[in-house]
Amino acid sequence: MGEIWEGLMAGLWLVVTLDPDLVEITLRSLQVTLTAVVIGSAIALPFGAWLAIRRFRHRRATIALLNALMGLPPVVVGLIVYLLLSRSGPFGVLGLLFTPTAMIIAQVIIITPLIASIAHQSIRDIWSEYHDLLISLSTTKRQRIATLIWDGRRALMTASLAGFGRAIGEVGAIMIVGGNIDHATRVLTTAIALETGKGDFALALGLGFVLIGLAIAVNVATHMIGRTESDGKW
Amino acid sequence: MVTSILPLKMSGAVVKRRGKTLLGPVDLTVSQTGFTIVMGPNGAGKTTLLRALHGLERLSGGQVQWQIPLRDTLQRQAFVFQTPIMMRRSVRDNLAYPLILHGTPKAAAYALAADWAGRIGLGRALDQQAPQLSGGEKQKLALARALMRSPDILFLDEPCANLDGRAIREIEAILKSAQAGGTRILMATHDIGQARRLASDVVFLMHGKIIEMAAADAFFGAPKTPQAAALLNGDIVE
Repeated sequence: MGEIWEGLMAGLWLVVTLDPDLVEITLRSLQVTLTAVVIGSAIALPFGAWLAIRRFRHRRATIALLNALMGLPPVVVGLIVYLLLSRSGPFGVLGLLFTPTAMIIAQVIIITPLIASIAHQSIRDIWSEYHDLLISLSTTKRQRIATLIWDGRRALMTASLAGFGRAIGEVGAIMIVGGNIDHATRVLTTAIALETGKGDFALALGLGFVLIGLAIAVNVATHMIGRTESDGKW
Repeated sequence: MVTSILPLKMSGAVVKRRGKTLLGPVDLTVSQTGFTIVMGPNGAGKTTLLRALHGLERLSGGQVQWQIPLRDTLQRQAFVFQTPIMMRRSVRDNLAYPLILHGTPKAAAYALAADWAGRIGLGRALDQQAPQLSGGEKQKLALARALMRSPDILFLDEPCANLDGRAIREIEAILKSAQAGGTRILMATHDIGQARRLASDVVFLMHGKIIEMAAADAFFGAPKTPQAAALLNGDIVE
């Protein structure tokens, strides 16, 4: 109990004094995660919508695979991205290993199936509602996808937030491809892992509280901007 | 000069689902003017017939022929469903949606939406979310959304089911006005009184087949089939 209290105090102290290292790590966490969420959403949301409206031969298998990929082990993703980006790998020439870009790539791979799967389920519901109308209005496939994404935007925001939640708390993959290098690729989760390894539980807990606070703040801010709970909105 | 998409000819049309025949074979010609009422008991194939004519139902046999290529007809047809489909948008955006979709500038589409909202008594509800409207308001909105594009032909699938007298009267007034404006109307209904008020001709369906087709006066005055006579007498027809 004492350590939790100490951690809380340490976390508060770091926040109140705007500790430069904490600010740097927090901003990097946000930069990496938000970039990954934006890229992942840009891929996953149209794909989820396309999957909802399109009928093709192996559709069921594709959906089952997509759902299975939601549980993609981050460490394995990290390992594969590491091998691809390492000097001897096919993309080694790009020199991306141990950079924030490598961390973003790993996070995009982890969260895209999650966002796409949730988006697919949300859009499938709206599609069953809108199907006859959109066919009757002779909409093109692109118009249908755009309409479904727009009208389902609040549900899709939840999909993106789920991706954000998974990415901000991720440690395995980004530790492998980022390397937890101070002032370069250290983020909140890898810093917590490091401090725990060093036995500095108070600081680790403090960083943990900051991480939780950050995740809550982003979710609340997103809901406020999207006005999800305001009267008559979806 | 714009070529009319009518008359519309359906010949030998059959609709099957999972091996069961829902409609057909049906032969039907829809002329350029008039108000056709499609009648028949539940499961007779009224909805399937309208959906097949509109292109929402894939034919298992036969064909539907328009005067211009099929892909060009869709923008000149409109369909109002029994349960109105309300997009998760405001009344204004629901009305403007089909116009913007087909290239009308947003400002012009919104102006027309405001005009139509006023005509159907929803002028003050322009910014209200459409799914929050009452049943009658939703149906009027769906009707206005269909008519705003001035379709050559309008299909209506029991648009007044579950509505009260006032809402029915308002919807019938809109339909009469649309017909006067040159829109050909095909409407399915169970309501004999409504059919008498609106029909110029009647198509009577039983078990997926047209068993009687006549001008309204002839149908209501001297029905040729015992089933139609029974229906008009208020008997239960199955």
